[in-house]
Amino acid sequence: MHIVDRRLNPGGKSLENRQKFLRRAKALVQRAVAKSAQGRNIQDILEGGEISIPLDGLEEPRLHRGAKGVREHILPGNKHFIEGDVIPRPDGGGGGDPREGGSGDGEDAFRFILSRDEFLDLFLDDLELPDLAKTKLANADQVKPVRAGYAVVGSPANIAVNRTMRLAMMRRVALHRPKQDTLERLNAEIADCDDDERRLTLEAEVKALQSKVRRIPYIDPIDIRYRYFENEPKPVAQAVMFCLMDVSSSMSEHMKDLAKRFYMLLYIFLVRQYRQVEIVFIRHTDRAEEVDEDTFFHSPATGGTQVSSALLAMQQVVAERYPPADWNIYAAQASDGDNSYSDAAATEQLMNDVILPVCQYFAYLEVDEMGSSPVSGSSLWTLYERINTQWPLLSLRRVCSRTEIYPVFHELFQRRAA
Amino acid sequence: MAVTSMERLFQGADWDFATLQRVYDACHTVGVSELGLDIYPNQIEVITAEQMLDAYSSIGMPLFYKHWSFGKHFAHQQAFYRKGLMGLAYEIVINSSPCISYLMEENTATMHTLVIAHAAFGHNHFFKNNYLFKLWTDAEGILDYLDFAKNYVARCEERYGPAAVERTLDAAHALMSHGVHRYAGKKKLDLRQEERRERDRQAHNERIFNDLWRTLPAGAARATPDLEAERRRSLAGLPQENILYFLEKAAPRLAPWQRELLRIVRHVAQYFYPQGQTKVMNEGTATYVHYRVMNRLHQLGAIGDGDFLEFLKSHTNVVFQPGYDDPRYSGLNPYALGFAMMQDIERIVTQPQDEDREWFPDIAGTGDAMAVLRDLWANYRDESFVAQFLSPHLMRRMRMFHLNDDPADKAGMKIGSIHDERGYRRIRRQLSRQYDVGWIDAHIEIVDVDLAGDRRLILRHTVVNGGLLAETDLKRVLQHLADLWSYDVLLREVDGSDTVLKEHLVSPRRAALAA
Repeated sequence: MHIVDRRLNPGGKSLENRQKFLRRAKALVQRAVAKSAQGRNIQDILEGGEISIPLDGLEEPRLHRGAKGVREHILPGNKHFIEGDVIPRPDGGGGGDPREGGSGDGEDAFRFILSRDEFLDLFLDDLELPDLAKTKLANADQVKPVRAGYAVVGSPANIAVNRTMRLAMMRRVALHRPKQDTLERLNAEIADCDDDERRLTLEAEVKALQSKVRRIPYIDPIDIRYRYFENEPKPVAQAVMFCLMDVSSSMSEHMKDLAKRFYMLLYIFLVRQYRQVEIVFIRHTDRAEEVDEDTFFHSPATGGTQVSSALLAMQQVVAERYPPADWNIYAAQASDGDNSYSDAAATEQLMNDVILPVCQYFAYLEVDEMGSSPVSGSSLWTLYERINTQWPLLSLRRVCSRTEIYPVFHELFQRRAA
Repeated sequence: MAVTSMERLFQGADWDFATLQRVYDACHTVGVSELGLDIYPNQIEVITAEQMLDAYSSIGMPLFYKHWSFGKHFAHQQAFYRKGLMGLAYEIVINSSPCISYLMEENTATMHTLVIAHAAFGHNHFFKNNYLFKLWTDAEGILDYLDFAKNYVARCEERYGPAAVERTLDAAHALMSHGVHRYAGKKKLDLRQEERRERDRQAHNERIFNDLWRTLPAGAARATPDLEAERRRSLAGLPQENILYFLEKAAPRLAPWQRELLRIVRHVAQYFYPQGQTKVMNEGTATYVHYRVMNRLHQLGAIGDGDFLEFLKSHTNVVFQPGYDDPRYSGLNPYALGFAMMQDIERIVTQPQDEDREWFPDIAGTGDAMAVLRDLWANYRDESFVAQFLSPHLMRRMRMFHLNDDPADKAGMKIGSIHDERGYRRIRRQLSRQYDVGWIDAHIEIVDVDLAGDRRLILRHTVVNGGLLAETDLKRVLQHLADLWSYDVLLREVDGSDTVLKEHLVSPRRAALAA
């Protein structure tokens, strides 16, 4: 008898099967993920969790008899029946069994648990930053090895066999290394030879040739060449995302919540899908400031509203740190749409002349009270709509309840046909 | 009965590998020396709960080819397990040589003792000795064959793409229940040879490959003489109830690798064929053996009273049989029925009453219960076991009754017979039918195909008692069948008097499977 301790064996033997299953059910799972994400907190989304999908295309049919026909059962636990009794059928159809077994017919929705990574992958699948066009030879951490001729030193894995053999042959020809057939021919001649003198000559010749063979090796270390690679820096697309949030007192708690949810999704998306994206958080009232992530999401502020202040702050940051020639610049702005009347002209001018020309994409999200109808647009909305006619890279969306956040977000960053 | 007392095997719930070894040795002493069991060498593997779930989803085998349906079961079971809706089985045992049993690390020392007695001795003895397992399975070869199957499927995925392999396997799985030979053929299945055969055939094909053959001009098609229908059928080996076998041999447009996949699925189905027919006996044997072993160990002082109570609690859970009107009722529990029958036979052999002498003259009062049981374990399956050894005493004890549910009878369901003099034989016959695969599985066979003509495959389902096939599933399965066959498939449901009750015709999906 053997006892084998398998506990330390690598787990996840079913992982591949699970992946196959998820691939097969991808469309269904994706719909379920999007649906389940609507009602949840961002933190919960990050945790993954249980979802339930209908079984379209996932059934495993078997041939089996249906519920019709005469059925016979032997059952245990008789209490008072005697032979010939007739008992009424239980409710729910003609057959004896209330539910038909088997895996095909009448199975409920299928519930299972997704891990965090699986959940996020599906959640963020087919999203991307639009128009990520400018590439640049940036910091040297992205390099690609390219062929750069041959070297006399290198690792054995890189040995260039063709080149080595060619050099060896050149050397052998130049130094007149005797060929194998010459030796064989001479040896054959010796064997056939009757004349002693002739034989001696031949033997001397063979001996001389053999010593030459020994002195001139077939492959000499000086023949060996290695393929040589040089590291060439790879152009990468660098991108920066500006998150502009209105935190003025006209924003209610509900609106701030919507805006923060939106940025949270954006943040998860960028951090997970792109390694080379920087994020700048700017919040503004009647004046704007650049803040860190934690302050942006969690600390309160209040005041009036001047959108241009945020745009100015953005302009400044761009000028200081992100030269538009090298960087793909994106911005996402969330606001309730209120802007002080006097600020409109300044905002329009900044957008037209400074911000939009350097941006690849500008998403504007207007947050509203729950249930409010999008009648005549807010001041900012009207303004942006006018700008939009000239600048298609500006996108406008309105959101008034939590459940709309994900669909709108998805719409804004959907992968577009090239 | 050489041993009269034993050292305590363990104290408390904790265990280590030395404990397992002592437990195994003690079980061996009782099981082999006293009960006379004959077993394959054992291999006991300690695993975690997650690994147990892994094993579940690949139908209990330690290695298996990859397919999404196993992932689906895994996801499902994992969800249930996490919510606590489902406990895990205590053990999984594999019919192989050496016989592999899994122990879960969470279990207590008592549970390990129970599982070792149950799986490593009970099931093991049954696998090694029962005639069905001897006939249909190859315990030495199965693990190697599964390894070959796994690699073969993986290689096919590489060469022909995962999607094509998946479609073929889907279709094969749908027909799996009709991919077994029910009658023993000329030779025993040798799985090792299977693997060699496939390798040789491939090598041979590569050796004789000559691209020139492709360029030969095709002559005018030779008109095949119209064979008589009878002769044509016998040439094609029809009627044939092993659908997968027929497809593997005769489907006109399958690639060789697809045929090999069908063959793999067919072999796996064949390997599990005896298990479906011996559920009651197999579990009954294992339960009876662990009950005897545990009692004996307790009697010898090898396990303490507290541990014994823990064992009894698990044991009674396993053999619990709720009545038909209990909300927990879900059919006859094979553990309960099997165990009760084994105990009943022990009673008949050792303390028979007049009734038993009348019903079982061959075994009543012979005195050696183990000899009788070993003989039963070797030579019966559920159907024949119940038909011959279900005693009136047990029918009375379980208060069995027979219910006849005829949809034509509007008044309700009729009680056919109960546990009385008139009913014993009828109940016994009826119950044995419930375990007869020939009766449970729908009888479907391929009856005709004109390979030179329209190539429509004609199947026939012989309907018993008006039980037509479930329609939704049937359509799906037939679709799979048509995709494999690449031409139309027609299934007729025919009753005993040759009246056609229903016809299903399915055409293959375009370019679904075969090239």
